[in-house]
Amino acid sequence: MHLLFGYSYKNIIARKLTSLFSMLGVALVVFVFAAVLMLSHGLEQTLVDTGSDDNVIVIRRASQTEVQSILPRDIANIVKADPAIAHDTAGAPIFTNEILVLINQPKRNSNEPSNVPVRGVTPMSLKVRPTVNIVEGRMWHEGTSEIIAGAKVAKTFQGCGLGETVRFGMRDWTVVGIFEAEGSGFESELWGDVNQLMDAFGRPVFSSLTMQLKAPGDFEAMKARLEQDPRLTVEVHREKEYYAEQARITTTFINILGTVISIVFSLGAIVGAMITMYTTVAHRTREIGTLRALGFTRSTVLLTFLAESVLMSFTGGVIGIFLASFLRFFEVSTTNWDTFAELAFSFEVSPSIIIGSLIFAVVMGIAGGFLPAVQASRLRIVDALRAKG
Amino acid sequence: MAETLVKLEDVSKSYWRDSIEIPVLHHINLEILTGEFVALMGPSGSGKTTLLNLIAGIDRPSQGRVIFEHEDLSTLSEGDLARWRSRHIGFVFQFYNLMPVLTAFENVELPLLLTKLSRAERHKQVETALAIVGLADRMKHYPNQLSGGQEQRVAIARAIVTDPDLILADEPTGDLDKQSAEEIMDLLAQLNKDFGKTITMVTHDPRAAEHARVIHRLDKGELETA
Repeated sequence: MHLLFGYSYKNIIARKLTSLFSMLGVALVVFVFAAVLMLSHGLEQTLVDTGSDDNVIVIRRASQTEVQSILPRDIANIVKADPAIAHDTAGAPIFTNEILVLINQPKRNSNEPSNVPVRGVTPMSLKVRPTVNIVEGRMWHEGTSEIIAGAKVAKTFQGCGLGETVRFGMRDWTVVGIFEAEGSGFESELWGDVNQLMDAFGRPVFSSLTMQLKAPGDFEAMKARLEQDPRLTVEVHREKEYYAEQARITTTFINILGTVISIVFSLGAIVGAMITMYTTVAHRTREIGTLRALGFTRSTVLLTFLAESVLMSFTGGVIGIFLASFLRFFEVSTTNWDTFAELAFSFEVSPSIIIGSLIFAVVMGIAGGFLPAVQASRLRIVDALRAKG
Repeated sequence: MAETLVKLEDVSKSYWRDSIEIPVLHHINLEILTGEFVALMGPSGSGKTTLLNLIAGIDRPSQGRVIFEHEDLSTLSEGDLARWRSRHIGFVFQFYNLMPVLTAFENVELPLLLTKLSRAERHKQVETALAIVGLADRMKHYPNQLSGGQEQRVAIARAIVTDPDLILADEPTGDLDKQSAEEIMDLLAQLNKDFGKTITMVTHDPRAAEHARVIHRLDKGELETA
């Protein structure tokens, strides 16, 4: 069975304006659909990249996130002695005890205040997280009120740029360095000396303990050992899974909202495609009669018109994805609903988003083209040949 | 003695409008022999086109049988009938019925898409068909770049490209000026004489009918042979 693709293609080209509007309708829907998926993928990617496969994070049992977690020093010391933890060349465990608190800071462009996470870290934190790189200035000196700022925080929030001062915990803190972390969530944080920050906030306990494993395979044994230790009340997570779980609530919300909006929009595009195809069938009734008289079967006529609709919506889909791909150059921020901290991230495209969006476009084409194509295939030849035009 | 190509046995056809039966053809018996050039003449509404449609297998009789080379068309399913048409019938329509978005070449190639010929074989046949109708130099032209006579030649090329057993022409000169009409009739006569094509043509133009070797007249759905 020959599908007359050339004929379909030439008909689309011949009806430039109607085809274009029909394609733009689909392009708009695919743009929204792809944008939502890119948004949630970007958020997920940012948080998932925050974690490392080799690292383990320990928080207080049932606290869910670092912000709610409290771990006294004695617990930190017991965990630090676990045999699964890797050691550096100097023989020190690659282990860091940190606190995470939220401060309220106005944004540069809107003056609107938002939550900024402040992480009290140790010099070992940089070894635990090798993706973190100081790109301007230097690391803070121990025992001082110096901090370093993630690149996204430095750009977005007042007082967080290099050399600027930000006030919290009854002290002024000077930003002495800017760091990047391959676009991950750490770039939305301020980092200072953990001991200074514990003093300033009057908190004698840590929020979390992060450490590098000698081998990623040691995780299960370590988790069992620590979670069953009667002296400890802790949860042990792979760092990557911990951050991925944080992304889940927000990405699920974005995905559901986006899908609902896309489906509602798509109904408009489907109706648009349907009107275009019904008009096409009406204008080409005699052509359909001729094709059938020449010996083309009903199913060939049906598939030919369906192919025309799908070809248009597929092209619309490609246009939509092309336009959506420019969103990669925009950065957005949202509240991380697990920590209530402001998190900056970008739209991220992925092969599965492209394929998913194109499938969505094709489905719209089939939905819009099916009834008109059926109508075309069911025309009686003698009636169709008598039609005008 | 030429063989019978098409045989109509006691064929009647009625249409229904709402619940009223409109009889169009009454008990038609007709034989078309291989190699014949038949003209079906008659006034408007006499049932000429309906008769042609029945022979073409694009409509079915209300009563009686249409037999093509010993095959009763009423036994074929819709799909089989479509495949049968693609193998045995070439159509020439009054208004040419070319696809406006396709070139002359592509229009002529259309029926060949239903065959198993390779692309190269198809192209060779299209070129031959267009050469026979004298339009070898207009292959890349679109229908709107051709005159009425040239469009009808393209349509004739499309009708002969599959080398069908029977060419059916419905008022092939009805939309043409006198000179173009004459040229088209000469071409059809040439196809019949030189290439042995069996042609059945519906016309109400006596000048066109002069080219046919057999003339049947239809009046109010009944057949009389001249």
